[in-house]
Amino acid sequence: MFHWLEKNPFFFAVGVFLVIAFAGLIEILPNFAEASRPVVGLKPYTVLELAGKNIYKKDNCIACHSQLIRPFKAETDRYGQYSLSGEYAYDRPFLWGSKRTGPDLHRIGNYRTTDWHENHMMDPPSVVPGSIMPAYKHMFTNIADIETAYAEAVTVKNIFHTPYGDEFKGTRAAWDAKKPKVLADAKAIAADMKNKDVKEAVAAGKVPEIVALIAYLNRLK
Amino acid sequence: MQSNAALEYDYTVAKLFTYTTILFGFVGMLIGTLIASQLAFPELNYLFGEYGTFSRLRPLHTNIVIFGFTVSGVFATFYYLAQRVLKVSMAESKFVMFIGKLHFALYMVLAVSMVISLFMGISTSKEYAQMEWPLDLLTVVVWVLWGVAMFGLIGMRREKALYISLWYYIACFLGVAMLYLFNNMEVPTYFATEGLGAITHSVSMYSGTNDALVQWWWGHNAVAFVFTVPIVAMIYYFLPKESGQAIYSYKLSLLSFWGLMFVYLWAGSHHLLWSTVPDWMQTMGSVFSIVLILPSWGSAINMLLTMKGEWNQLTDNPLIKFMVLASTFYMLSTLEGPIQAIKSVNAIAHFTDWIPGHVHDGVLGWVAFMVMSALFHMAPRMFKREIYSKKLIETQFWIQTVAVVLYFTSMWIAGITQGMMWRAVDEYGNLMYSFIDTVTVLHPYYAIRALSGVLFLTGFIIFAYNMIKTMTSSKELTEEPQFRSPMA
Repeated sequence: MFHWLEKNPFFFAVGVFLVIAFAGLIEILPNFAEASRPVVGLKPYTVLELAGKNIYKKDNCIACHSQLIRPFKAETDRYGQYSLSGEYAYDRPFLWGSKRTGPDLHRIGNYRTTDWHENHMMDPPSVVPGSIMPAYKHMFTNIADIETAYAEAVTVKNIFHTPYGDEFKGTRAAWDAKKPKVLADAKAIAADMKNKDVKEAVAAGKVPEIVALIAYLNRLK
Repeated sequence: MQSNAALEYDYTVAKLFTYTTILFGFVGMLIGTLIASQLAFPELNYLFGEYGTFSRLRPLHTNIVIFGFTVSGVFATFYYLAQRVLKVSMAESKFVMFIGKLHFALYMVLAVSMVISLFMGISTSKEYAQMEWPLDLLTVVVWVLWGVAMFGLIGMRREKALYISLWYYIACFLGVAMLYLFNNMEVPTYFATEGLGAITHSVSMYSGTNDALVQWWWGHNAVAFVFTVPIVAMIYYFLPKESGQAIYSYKLSLLSFWGLMFVYLWAGSHHLLWSTVPDWMQTMGSVFSIVLILPSWGSAINMLLTMKGEWNQLTDNPLIKFMVLASTFYMLSTLEGPIQAIKSVNAIAHFTDWIPGHVHDGVLGWVAFMVMSALFHMAPRMFKREIYSKKLIETQFWIQTVAVVLYFTSMWIAGITQGMMWRAVDEYGNLMYSFIDTVTVLHPYYAIRALSGVLFLTGFIIFAYNMIKTMTSSKELTEEPQFRSPMA
């Protein structure tokens, strides 16, 4: 049979494809119905938190930080309750990471504050002596893209039925109506911060990346 | 055409991809060395403002060495050897030639766009699949063009039976196509609304645990179908060609090919041990990882036994030395991986530096060694000149071998140290170390790893120099060498 296959490239290719596709059918598909159900009480990300999540993706925080607490005592002592599948139901993409050069962040909102993050992102070793994490000063001046975050919320509502309110519509008018709420959330974060440029930007109706990122990190609980 | 007339093979496209292999190899390894140094000396994070942090550069390193260096090497060797094992020249068909050139042109457009977009932070943040949807679409086009060229050549072939290397190239083409398509399913938010926000942004079709499954089904099997399958294709062709020895066993190649195809995919979930993925999938991942030793070692042993009775070539031909060491590192790496996939070992190893350590004994010792020796073998045949310097190959070989050994030994120690410190408790059951203690302790190992990066990069620069000299100013050959590549 193998000699015959080697002379018939089409059937050879079909054979290879079936053999490699088999594992996916059995291992991947069955989980799809089960794993995407949210845990009770899970709320979708707010627009500001989504914008922060996009900063997390943009600066690729997963290069060094995981968001997955494994069920070991050493991990639950250090980071809190081990992670549950349903907690990730609204995570598109998942951000578990694969390397902990820095600590896990899945429940960082439980034990770090806006103030701590502000100091830490500006100069990590001043908060954690010996830290090898780079400073992310540019996040204090770069402006976060909250409109894209809103578009993302509308998209997941319409296509994946993520439970956002009826006011989330894909029109510019709907966004204009929603924007003040997002800016109010940003103001609440900025109120706990001391950086003048950040405060001024927020007062002027702009959201610096750091504000959105902190909103996201505070939400991780 | 008479059957005994010598065919004039056309290497235009193979040459183009050879240049990009060298270019992307250099850039990718340079960035790799920089980010390795950043972990030892964090001040290096501030060389290029927001664009120079470890986190922004890491995907550039991985994407450039995988999709730049390795994939260029795969295409270069494919366009070289497919003609030869099929007994057909690219020049015989205007269509295939056009597709080949278009393939290269679009590949370059894609590579440059990828580098720019990742520098800007436009990223889906899924590992080895960071490109956003417009570039994903372009990737599909580039990949399909390769398929058209491949099956175009196969359609024209004079040799009816497909040589082993081609089995692996076909598998590479199909495997990557399937995995890439599924993993990159995403919805562009701009088009799902009335044009709100950035046009490049998208959301994944899968969420949470499902996304993790699909992602590591891809992540693991990108390793399979980019770092293993086409590299095995190379060694099945270049080792016998360079040594003048026939493959040791056809049956062993059959067993390892079909075995690898069947088993590799199942092992993907070993990246998700102790996660929220169902337990039975984790166990399947573990079990199949162990089974995977068989087909992997099957190929490697087949290669080593091909050298049976000809081991003297190891001492006087540096290319044989590269290829034999490559199969040895392949054996090491494919034993180490299954060990890490055992659940209790994984509990310590996961999230630590042992994982990049494992990846790099594979990619440096196996992939890079094999790609470079393949290009060395091709150069005298494509450019009709002898290899510029044997001495430089020897020097490169030893520098890079030392580099690989330093890399994985330092990362083994770093990984196990950190894994043990995370779980260490005192007599009352309290955690003994704060997280930062487990970071500062790694400094010497990070410094050694940075040094190993500098060494490997130095070796690569020697390789590039030797190749460029071979292309431009080495002694011309009057006829094509039969087996052993001529070198000064």
